Order: sequence, then structure tokens, then C-alpha cells
Amino acid sequence: MTARTDRLAALERIARDRILILDGAMGTQIQDLKLDEAGYRGQRFADWATLIKGNNDILNLSAPAAVKAIHHAYFDAGADIAETNTFSSTSIAQADYRMQDLAPEIAREGARLAREAADEQETSTGAPKGVAGAIGPTNKTLSISPQVNDPGFREVDFDQVRLSYAEQARAMADHVDFFLVETIFDTLNAKAAIKALMDLRTEEGVDRPIMLSGTITDRSGRTLSGQTATAFWYSVRHARPWAIGLNCALGADELRPYIAELSRVVDTRILAYPNAGLPNDMGEYDETPEQTAAHLGEWARSGLVNILGGCCGTTPAHIRAIAEAASGAPPHQPARRERAMHLAGLEPFELSA
Amino acid sequence: MTKPVSTFVNVGERTNVTGSAVFRRLITAGDYGAAVAVARQQVENGAQIIDINMDEGLLDSVEAMTTFMRLIAVEPDVARVPVMIDSSKWEVIEAGLKNTQGKPIVNSISLKEGEETFLKQARLCQAYGAAVVVMAFDEQGQADTADRKVDICKRAYDLLVNTVGFAPEDIIFDPNIFAVATGIEEHNDYAVAFIEATRRIRKELPGCHVSGGLSNVSFSFRGNEPVRRAMHTVFLYHAIHAGMDMGIVNAGQLDIYDDIEPKLRELVEDVILNRREDATDRLLTEAETYRDSGGSKAKERDLSWREAPVNERIKHALVHGLNEFIVADAEEARQQAKRPLHVIEGPLMDGMNVVGDLFGDGRMFLPQVVKSARVMKQAVAHLIPFMEAEKEAAGEAQSSAGKIVMATVKGDVHDIGKNIVGVVLQCNGYEVIDLGVMVTCETIIETALREKADVIGLSGLITPSLDEMVFVASEMERRNITLPLMIGGATTSPAHTAVKIDPAISVAPVIHVLDASRAVGVVSKLLGDGREAYAAGVREDLARIRERRLAARSKKARLPLETARANAWDCDWSAYSPPKPAFLGTRSFSPSVETLIDYIDWTPFFFTWELKGSYPAIFDDPKRGAVARDLFADAQAMLKRIVDEDLLTPKAVCGFWPANRVGDDAVLYSDDTRSTRLDTFHGLRQQAAKDNARPHLSQFDFIAPAGHADYLGGFVVTAGDNGAIHARFADEKDDYSSIMFKALSDRLAEACAEWLHEQVRREHWGYAPGESLSRQDLIAETYSGIRPAAGYPSQPDHSEKRTLFALLDAAQATGVSLTNSFAMTPASSVSGLYLSHPDSCYFAVGRILRDQVEDYAARKGWPVEDAERALGPILDYVPGKTVAA
Repeated sequence: MTARTDRLAALERIARDRILILDGAMGTQIQDLKLDEAGYRGQRFADWATLIKGNNDILNLSAPAAVKAIHHAYFDAGADIAETNTFSSTSIAQADYRMQDLAPEIAREGARLAREAADEQETSTGAPKGVAGAIGPTNKTLSISPQVNDPGFREVDFDQVRLSYAEQARAMADHVDFFLVETIFDTLNAKAAIKALMDLRTEEGVDRPIMLSGTITDRSGRTLSGQTATAFWYSVRHARPWAIGLNCALGADELRPYIAELSRVVDTRILAYPNAGLPNDMGEYDETPEQTAAHLGEWARSGLVNILGGCCGTTPAHIRAIAEAASGAPPHQPARRERAMHLAGLEPFELSA
Repeated sequence: MTKPVSTFVNVGERTNVTGSAVFRRLITAGDYGAAVAVARQQVENGAQIIDINMDEGLLDSVEAMTTFMRLIAVEPDVARVPVMIDSSKWEVIEAGLKNTQGKPIVNSISLKEGEETFLKQARLCQAYGAAVVVMAFDEQGQADTADRKVDICKRAYDLLVNTVGFAPEDIIFDPNIFAVATGIEEHNDYAVAFIEATRRIRKELPGCHVSGGLSNVSFSFRGNEPVRRAMHTVFLYHAIHAGMDMGIVNAGQLDIYDDIEPKLRELVEDVILNRREDATDRLLTEAETYRDSGGSKAKERDLSWREAPVNERIKHALVHGLNEFIVADAEEARQQAKRPLHVIEGPLMDGMNVVGDLFGDGRMFLPQVVKSARVMKQAVAHLIPFMEAEKEAAGEAQSSAGKIVMATVKGDVHDIGKNIVGVVLQCNGYEVIDLGVMVTCETIIETALREKADVIGLSGLITPSLDEMVFVASEMERRNITLPLMIGGATTSPAHTAVKIDPAISVAPVIHVLDASRAVGVVSKLLGDGREAYAAGVREDLARIRERRLAARSKKARLPLETARANAWDCDWSAYSPPKPAFLGTRSFSPSVETLIDYIDWTPFFFTWELKGSYPAIFDDPKRGAVARDLFADAQAMLKRIVDEDLLTPKAVCGFWPANRVGDDAVLYSDDTRSTRLDTFHGLRQQAAKDNARPHLSQFDFIAPAGHADYLGGFVVTAGDNGAIHARFADEKDDYSSIMFKALSDRLAEACAEWLHEQVRREHWGYAPGESLSRQDLIAETYSGIRPAAGYPSQPDHSEKRTLFALLDAAQATGVSLTNSFAMTPASSVSGLYLSHPDSCYFAVGRILRDQVEDYAARKGWPVEDAERALGPILDYVPGKTVAA
């Protein structure tokens, strides 16, 4: 515990001086491994009834060394914080592979691998290396009906999502320094995660700083469930996050206005990890490390952000370039705003006190 | 602290079932599409926040909240604004919170149930991410003085900010807007108390906000919109300047402060700011001149009514609350009457009945009613010595007409209505023991027993009081308290009384009393000579209401289908020989309209015309009797025309088939060898947990299982195709005849079903050959066997009609066909099954669980979604919502 407390304090100190670096995409690195079905299965799942290729999180169990090596590659590139390979380690998301019962084990092992890599890096570099337990959106949405003719229909309800998140977070808790609820395309899912994390804190004493990252799906400037960036912030502010920001869906160029919007209204640290541009016709990301870093370096110098990293399509080379571009830039100073009641529907609402 | 008006946030209130009758009707009817349109319109009209309230006693509010929130979540035009989740039930609020992606306001929490509950709910609001409205309400009740309001808000603020860590700017205090100008002196300072409390709360509790529900303040002037608007406007003007920055306001109920006619504004301001003792009287006097316009000319004092006969003068004095001449008039009436009591029962009660009706229609206001009661009291006071002298002379002991224990139930603080009932009852010689507000069930029952009361009266205004009333009734049942139970108050209704309270108590009658003026009539009947008949009549009315609501809503626990099935109705089939019909297969009939007229049940006919009352008693109803008689005469004339001009040609078909119960279904065979299956009717089974040993019914339980030769019948009847006649009346722009013709067509179709069923019992099935029942008995269904219809509570799935229509070849035989949604056309048609077992009965399946829906879908060969659609009104769950493991 002391190690974690000291590490958090050290990271907070560093964050006052410079921009913290988050790692890049896990998925892109796993793709580079070019694993086939058998590669995903490993020995343990050789006889599993469903196809599991594409279940990246299962590699925490079937190919742990490969996952750990990716963490090391990002730390070597200059990351201060690694994200665990647990984006889909909820019972809800794992149900696609009939692995819902394995979800806690996948989550726990994913957290352990990142922790081991981080601890080894701390030993070799002497610098604090954090682990953020990644909590993805699941593949179900609480605010949208998947059935066109039945808008009131929902595949899951709030409590199911909350319990699934609680199970994942509990499994990761021993090894992580932060919980990172990310790629939030439906704020209600995120609110279920926040409720789960707040309950863990009050009921089980599991108290880790929370980072939140929303996803603006296109140039409409809205999340998939329709909220603006500011409305998203007002809706999740009760989590009192250590940092909040945006990731995925857009490249740095397209994402900038929404990060700028958040930096004007948010009273905590700002986090951003865009994709390596927009995908090309083949679904591939071809923004070079230099291009991505050029954008993010400008953000850093403009004082928009506190934490930078990469999402889809980014590699250790991108992270290295981003770390270099951001070095020496001043971290963002939280916005100071007049006291007011903030509410939100899809759009923000303010009533000054 | 003066705030510019522009920062005032208007919370839309049209999506509130307690505030909008239109919205309530849409939600109770399950018309969520139109309900969402109400929300959209409200946002389009500029509501910055919308208040959503589903607190209706007969609704499953959690389900309604969940459904509505999910539907508006996918409507960007609505979801763009924040919501205010409004309920007095925490579980309803939580359902709202679980379905809101934005940051909402919870309305409300309070210290009413103490700190523990308050803190728990506050922490949950925090964990769900919501701002919160805190009512100025603590363990002692709702705060009515400025000091109490401020004290409670301070205490709540302290707990929220320092104990819970709530952001002060997310706290909205509601320091209770109460009605002023009610005629009750203590109420005069209510508006001032709110405004003063607002000023202090905004100053002393930094960061927070103040809100309130505006329409309460003018409650005593309901019906007089110009005065109400002026009151709202003036109140808001002062409250906003004191720091009120949010409110539940219907913009249509506001004027512009400076546009209010100066005289009216002064009168209203006197009332709102409690500036002079006679403020209420002065506003009341002038209110009438503003009712329809903004006209301001005061009425001249008019004494012409003094020239009328004494009984008319008494009535006038009561209606207008004039006590100047009442003692003299009462004395004059007494001298003319045979006994002093006759003055009370005659002109005085007549006058109070008029007052009650006017008040009910919103044509008279609360303070006027209180004044009327005062006049009544003075008249009665004058008469009492004469009545006592009369009794003394006759050697009777002095006693009151009866003793009534009254209370506003636990959890509720509203008592104006109850106080008025008390006054009116006392005026009529009843002894009233008023226990006040927030009275526990125990106190009510103990007092009634100790005081040897004759009647218990319960009152309540807010929704949770309804549950408390049910609890009192169930306690009376448990303790065998046989005193009649009177139910009154704004949220109470005949429907709630019928569906929730009446079933909770069998040992005593329950009567819903619409308003104060009716209380005397009800009590006198409850305690009079015909009390048993009256109580039976009330029971009957409630049963009828209940029947109409049967398919809907009860919040009982449900049992798994297998458990319910194991508790099916059964009998010793070996000891029972099912009757065999005279023929198998189908047979058609063409009864004449004259034959059917004798079988008409007239009570529903009067219901159609919104004349509620049983036929023929309705003819003697003092208020509706004359109208009912005229209507009945017109109906007779129309019937004659139908016969003379041959406007309708009734048709009927019935059939019988060998049948056996298989599970919850009835399997039909083509002949008595029972070797070839013809078709299957599907049944649904009750799943509600029962407190008694009664079986969980399914309608085919009354058919013998395989191995016994039992039968099932079915029928379709119609009054005939009346479309052309309708068109004729429509062309003649004769709506009255058109509606009359349609109402009679419906009655004739029902009569045809009644007639055919009698033929079936006597001949075609022939199990009651000697049956000879009066029309009353037919209506009361005292005969053996039933004719349940698809789409009714015993089998809510309309699609079963398709099987029946095919078996009977009904389209060919009667000209009746089914629409895509299984409605019968022409509309004046009836269809159903025949069951012959003497124990067979009508029942309501009630709400069912997913297991039965899945089972039913499998039996019908449907996807589950289709079954959920067909059974939508009786699902005990929200379709599509996966059941947590």
C-alpha cells in the first residue's frame, strides 16, 4: 500500500512539472504478433467451444509473456503509466466468447502483468511507473435501443452493467494505481462504472483515483449517445476524477476542439489519447509518429493537457515521439469557474449560485 | 439579495401525472408515444428542465418511470434538457436515476423520516450524480413558518455539505409553498413565510438554490384563472426578488406583473404579503368580477333574493355564504316545518348539496365553502334547542346523530379538506373527533374503539397516503373492526378505493367520498335504516369499477408458472359428468331486435352517456334522474325506429366441440372419438401470490382432463352492420342520434350474447333446461356456466379470437370479421367461449412473469417478442429487460 501511495504522490508531483505520458494502443501491438486461432487459444483453451481469435484480453491467460512484453515496449518508449490489457474484461463483454465466468481471472491477470512490468521498470529506471486498470465500455449500451422498432428496449440494465464493472474492478484492485473508465460512448454505462467504483470505495475500502475518458464519435462533437463534451463532464463530475479527457474515434486534428472545450470547463487534469489519425479505406491507421506528435506537441505548448498518450493505430514509436514533443511543455492549469449548479441532458445546463 | 429575473429557471410540469390530467391519462392508458410528444412539446416551448413524475396510486410507478426515461433517452429533442426526477417514493427516483445519462435533479429528499434515511438517500444521489431538491420537512412535519423553514434547511445543508460532502451548488431547497386565502386564519402568512425563508436561505446557506411549486399558492381559487394568474405572478415577483431561482411553473398560468389590473394587483398583493386582516375577504368579494375577463367593476349589493320563499332564501344564503339573515330564516322555516329536523334535512341540506356541486366543478372556492359551512352551523345552532326540547318531550335521551373519528393518515400533513368535512358533519349534528394530521393507524383504530365511534374517516392528499389507507383497512380487517371506512382527499379516487382499499377489508364497507358536501349524505346513509342495502350497493359499485381495472396493475408478488400450475383449480372429475351438447359443430341464428330488447342491460347504457348510476335507480337520482328519464325515453324512441325501419339485422353463431384440458390449454377434437385434434385454445394462468388457499386459475381448468368426455363451446354475435345508418346520421349532422344509435347497437349486441347464452343453457348445451331467470338475475349472472371473451381479464390475448372465428366460420355465418389487431368489425359484436362447469367463474389473470410468457409463446409457436406484445398490458416486467441472474 505504501508503495502505491508513494507512487501516486510521486506521479502527482511530476504532473505539476510536466505532461505525463500514457502508453499507446494494445490492439495494434497484438495485431503485429499475427496470432492465429491457435495462438489465441494457447494450451489452456485448445478445446474451447467457440472461436476466440480477436479476444485480446484472453491473451492475459494464454500468452501472458507477449502482453508483458508490450507493456515493457511502451515503458521503454517513455510511458509513465501503462493501461492494463483489460478493455473487455467484463462478464458482459466476455459473454461473446462464452468466457463470462473467466472475466475476473482475465482482469486480475491483466492487472498483474502490467504491475510486474511497471515494477521491473521502476527497479531499472528508479522512476515511478503507474498502472491504470482499463475498464472499457462493454459491447452493450444503456441509453440506446438496439431494436429500431422498439426504442424503449434495452439489452442490459444499469444494475447488470454496474455489477459486471464491480466484478472487474475488484479483480484488478490489488495491482492497479488508477481505474481508467475509457472509450465512453454512452455516459450511462460510465455512470454505472462510477457507481460501482464509488460503492467499492465505501463498502470494501477499495480506493483508487479514477480517470475517465469519453469518446466523441465524429465531427458532430457528440458521444454515440448524443452528449456534447461539456454535458459529458457535468454528467460524470461526481466521480471527482483524477483526470478526465477523450480518446479514440478521432485523430488528434479532429479531436482538438473538444479537448479545448473540456480544458475550459474542467477543474481537474485533462487527458487525451487520440487515434493515429482517421482510418484509411482498409481500416488501417497511417498517421506517422511524427505527424501525431506534431499535433500533440502543439496541444502541450498551448497548455491544453496534463496527460497524453495514444489510442488505435499508435505504437511505441508514436509514444516516444509524443513524449519528446511534449517534454518541456507546461502542464494544463485547471479551469477556475464561478460556482454554479451544473446539470446535463444531451447538452449542458448551468445555473449560477 | 436581488436577482435579475432572467436567472429564474422554469421547470416544465406537463410530464407530471399529479400535475397534468392529460399526461396522467396517457400514461395510465400506456400511450407512451403521445406521452413522449408531451415532453417534446414542452421542451420546444422553452422548458429548460422537465419534471417527470409517475406517482399515481394505480400505476406501477417504477415501471412507468423506467419506460418513460428510456423512451425519452432516444429522443434527442427531449433528451437535450436535464430532467427532474420527481417522486415521493425512493425506488421510483432510483429507477429514474438508473436510466438518465445526463445529470438530473432528484425531487425530493427530506428529513421527514429522520437523518439516517436522509443521509442514505443523499449519498445515493451523489453516487448516481444528481443535484437534489430538499423539502423543508422534518420529523415534526412540513415547516410552515419562516423560522422553521430556515432551521430545517440549515440542518439539511449542514448534513449534506459537512457529513456527505455534497456540493452546495447542487442543493435546491423547497421551503413549501402553501395555499393562502383559504379562509383559515393561520394560512394567511404562508406566502410571506416562504418569501422570508427564501431570502434567509439564500443569504445564510451559500451556494444553494431555492425552488417551489407555484400553483399551490392559489389553490383556493381554482376555477378562477385570472385571479390565479395574478396570484402566481405577484407571488413569483416577490419570491424571485427574495432569491427563488427555480420553480415548477406552468407558463400559461402567469401574467406580466405590470400588466395586472392595478386594483386586482393590490388585492392580490394584500393577500400574498398578508398586509391587512380582511385581505382574503376583499379578494374573495372581487374575485368573481375577474373570473371571465379582467373586468373590475364591483357588484352592487343586491337584496332581491330576500323576496324569494324562505327555503330558496336559505339555499341562497348558504351558496353565497351570507349569514346576516340566516337565524331569522331558519326560525321562519322551523315554524313552517313539522319538525325542526326537517329544516336541516330539507332546505339546509339542499343548499349544502348545491355548494358541494359548485365546489366540485371549480365554480366555488374553498373559503366560500368554509363560509357556507359557517352559515350552516349558525342555522343548526338555532335549531338544536328546539330539537332537544322535542326529544325531551318525547322522552328520548340526548344523543348525537353519530360519532365520526377522522384523521389525515401517517406521512401526510394536508388537512384542509378533512377539516371542512368535519365542519360540515358537525353542522349536521354529528360528533366529530378529529385526530389531526400524520396520525398512525394504531391511534386511529384505538381512538375509534375507545370512543365507540360509528364511522372512521381517512384523508390524504399525497400519493403515499393511498398506501397508508390500504394499510389502515387491512389492520381493520385483521382486528375485525366493522366500522364503515370513509376515504377522502385529493389523490383518492373511486378507482383506487375499488382496486386497492376495498379488497383489503371484508368486514366493513369502504366508501369513497368525493367532497365535503357529500360526506353528510354518505354518513347518514351509513348509519340510517337502509344501511345494509346501501353498503351492498357501494360494494357493488366498487366491484364494477374494479372489474374495469382488473387487467391492470397490482403490485403483488408473482409465483413461478410451475408453482402456479401446481395450484390449478381442480375437482374430483370422476364424480362429475360433463353435460353433452345437443349438437356438435356450429349453428347460426337470426334473432329479431324485438326479442333482444328484453335482454338489454341498461346500466352500461347510462355509463356511456356519463350518467353514472344503476338502472333503474338512476331515475330517482335527484340530480341525474330527470336527464336519465329523458335519455331513456329517447332510447325507446330510437329502438322503435330500429324495429320499424328494420335498421339492424342481428346475427349469431355458436358451436360445440369435444375438448379436454391439457396443461393451460384446451385441446379440441373433431368428434367424440377424440382421435383427431381440431384446434387448440390457449389459456393464461394467474401468478399473483395469494394470501389464501385459492387456486391459481386458468380458464380451461374448468374443462376435464383427457379421459373424460367434456366439451367447449364458442360464439360470435353481432347487432348487424350499422355503418350505413351511421353515415346517414352523420350526413344529417345529428350527433345525438348517431351516438344514441351506436350506444343501442352495442347494447343489442350484448343483449344478443345474453339471449344466445340462455338458449345454450336451456337447449343447445341443455344443462339447465328448466332455467327461468329474471332480467335482473341474468345481469347479475346468477346462472351456471360462463362465456369468457378473449381480450378480457380471463384471457387478455385478443389473438385467440382468430381460432374461434375460424372454428365458427364466423365471417360467413354472421358477417363479423377480425381486423389485423383482432378487433371485431362491425364494432357492435361480441364473441367468446362457453364453459359449462357449475364452478366455472370469471377471473383476472393479472400480471404474469416472463416464464409464463415464454411458455405461452412456445405453445402458440410464436417468438417471445410477439407474446410480449400481445400480452403487453399484463406483463409484470419491462420487456427486453434481461432478468438479473
